[in-house]
Amino acid sequence: MSQPLPSSAAPVVSLRDVHKSFGSLKVLDGVSFEVPRGEVMAIIGRSGSGKSTALRCIDRLETIESGEIIVCGHRVSDPKLPLRALRLDVGIVFQSYNLFPHLTIEENICLAPVTVKGKRRAEARETARRVLGQVGLGDKLDSYPEQLSGGQQQRAAIARSLAMEPQVMLFDEVTSALDPELTGEVLRVIEQLAAGGMTMVMVTHEMGFARRVADRIVFMHQGKVWETGPAGILDAPETAELRQFVGSGL
Amino acid sequence: MNLRLDFGVVLERWPLFLDGAWMTLQLAVLATLFGFALGALCAVGRRSGPPWLAKLCGGYVEAIRNTPLLVQIFLVYFGLASLGFSLSAFTVAALALTINVGAYTTEIMRAGFDSIPRGQLEAGECLGLSQRQVYWHVLLLPAMERVYPALTSQFVLLMLASSVTSQISAEELTAVANYIQSDTYRAFESYITVALFYLALSFVMRLGFWGLGLVLFPRRRRLGTPL
Ligand SMILES: Nc1ncnc2c1ncn2[C@@H]1O[C@H](COP(=O)(O)OP(=O)(O)OP(=O)(O)O)[C@@H](O)[C@H]1O
Ligand SMILES: [Mg+2]
Repeated sequence: MSQPLPSSAAPVVSLRDVHKSFGSLKVLDGVSFEVPRGEVMAIIGRSGSGKSTALRCIDRLETIESGEIIVCGHRVSDPKLPLRALRLDVGIVFQSYNLFPHLTIEENICLAPVTVKGKRRAEARETARRVLGQVGLGDKLDSYPEQLSGGQQQRAAIARSLAMEPQVMLFDEVTSALDPELTGEVLRVIEQLAAGGMTMVMVTHEMGFARRVADRIVFMHQGKVWETGPAGILDAPETAELRQFVGSGL
Repeated sequence: MNLRLDFGVVLERWPLFLDGAWMTLQLAVLATLFGFALGALCAVGRRSGPPWLAKLCGGYVEAIRNTPLLVQIFLVYFGLASLGFSLSAFTVAALALTINVGAYTTEIMRAGFDSIPRGQLEAGECLGLSQRQVYWHVLLLPAMERVYPALTSQFVLLMLASSVTSQISAEELTAVANYIQSDTYRAFESYITVALFYLALSFVMRLGFWGLGLVLFPRRRRLGTPL
């Protein structure tokens, strides 16, 4: 996990003047931000402001029109980038868990270590046990996703990402589909990861959580980084838009 | 009206029925295996192939689904003959049935592929799986599990439809019944007997598919529910 990068001072994630449109709709309009190693960045903003798109660009699920994205030393904005190398370094968890329904939790977790990293099954199982313990699901190895609650499925999805030992984790509103009580158990897992020094970028609507865990907040508005700074900006917003956003109780 | 059934002379010829049933089963198994392979490949070609291949697979499916099986069998039979191939009735029957069920399999597999949400594929990609690995582990296997009941029904239907190949004198069950009724003048009894044979074959196939399903899909075995 602490494998040294070409230059250890370089940020793990860096976006510089990123532009992205869907047809005539400008979704990212010159977005720039950096996430240093070991830091947690929370991206907040209204629906449609481009948060998910920014996150997806980091993992090259979307391509960009201009600007530069560098993640763990990979030039993501380069069309010829070998995706596999990027994806070995980046873990991403979505709102809709996306566990593979035909596989047990253990098989879900072992699939990538075995097929992508060529780990041996026994070794992969050991990893599965470890990461499931980490998210508090040590007893669910043999369950199928549908047998778990939403919160448990989401934690299993986090464990599946962790099993690949990524350098950075991306979370896109991972608690939006959950009841408040289940939200807590997932947020606790993310908080532990943060405490463990994992570099993370999370899109979230949980303001209290962002305030507590994030080292830096990015408030997006109309495809731009409208305001950014330490968590304190949530209590003393400079822009009217952020003030209104925070005030609206979202 | 007096209906007198006399199965004696018909049942005397039971070895013929067994031979017919054996050939029907062989046709069904061959066409199922090759038809499935053909259909799965076409479904993949249609989904991810270059435009010309996708069109070709689509055209094949529409052509087969909108013409009668009997005509397809004649086309293969006379088509190959006029090209100078002299194949046995059995081979032609197996070939025509394969081509036929391949088209239906393509459609069923496509429905299976379409039932896998995009997010699943993205999750696979993001874990570092190659396109091919995503196809296999995230798309094909769960899609198969989902459409397995529809697929197996199609294969049982195919076995029943193989009855039509009696028209090119493949010596399967129906051809045997045709022969025996003309030999014994016991038409009703002959066809009742052959119907019971088909029922038994259907049962055997369904049982086989059920067992195979348990082997192929551990989730189904453990939870007992469809995916
Ligand atoms: N694949 C796509 N094709 C076309 N338009 C898209 C696509 N994905 C997103 N958009 C549009 O881009 C805009 C930004 O979407 P994005 O998902 O990044 O917003 P968001 O900030 O994550 O919103 P939310 O809080 O609702 O998740 C929206 O107007 C959305 O409709
Ligand atoms: Mg979003």
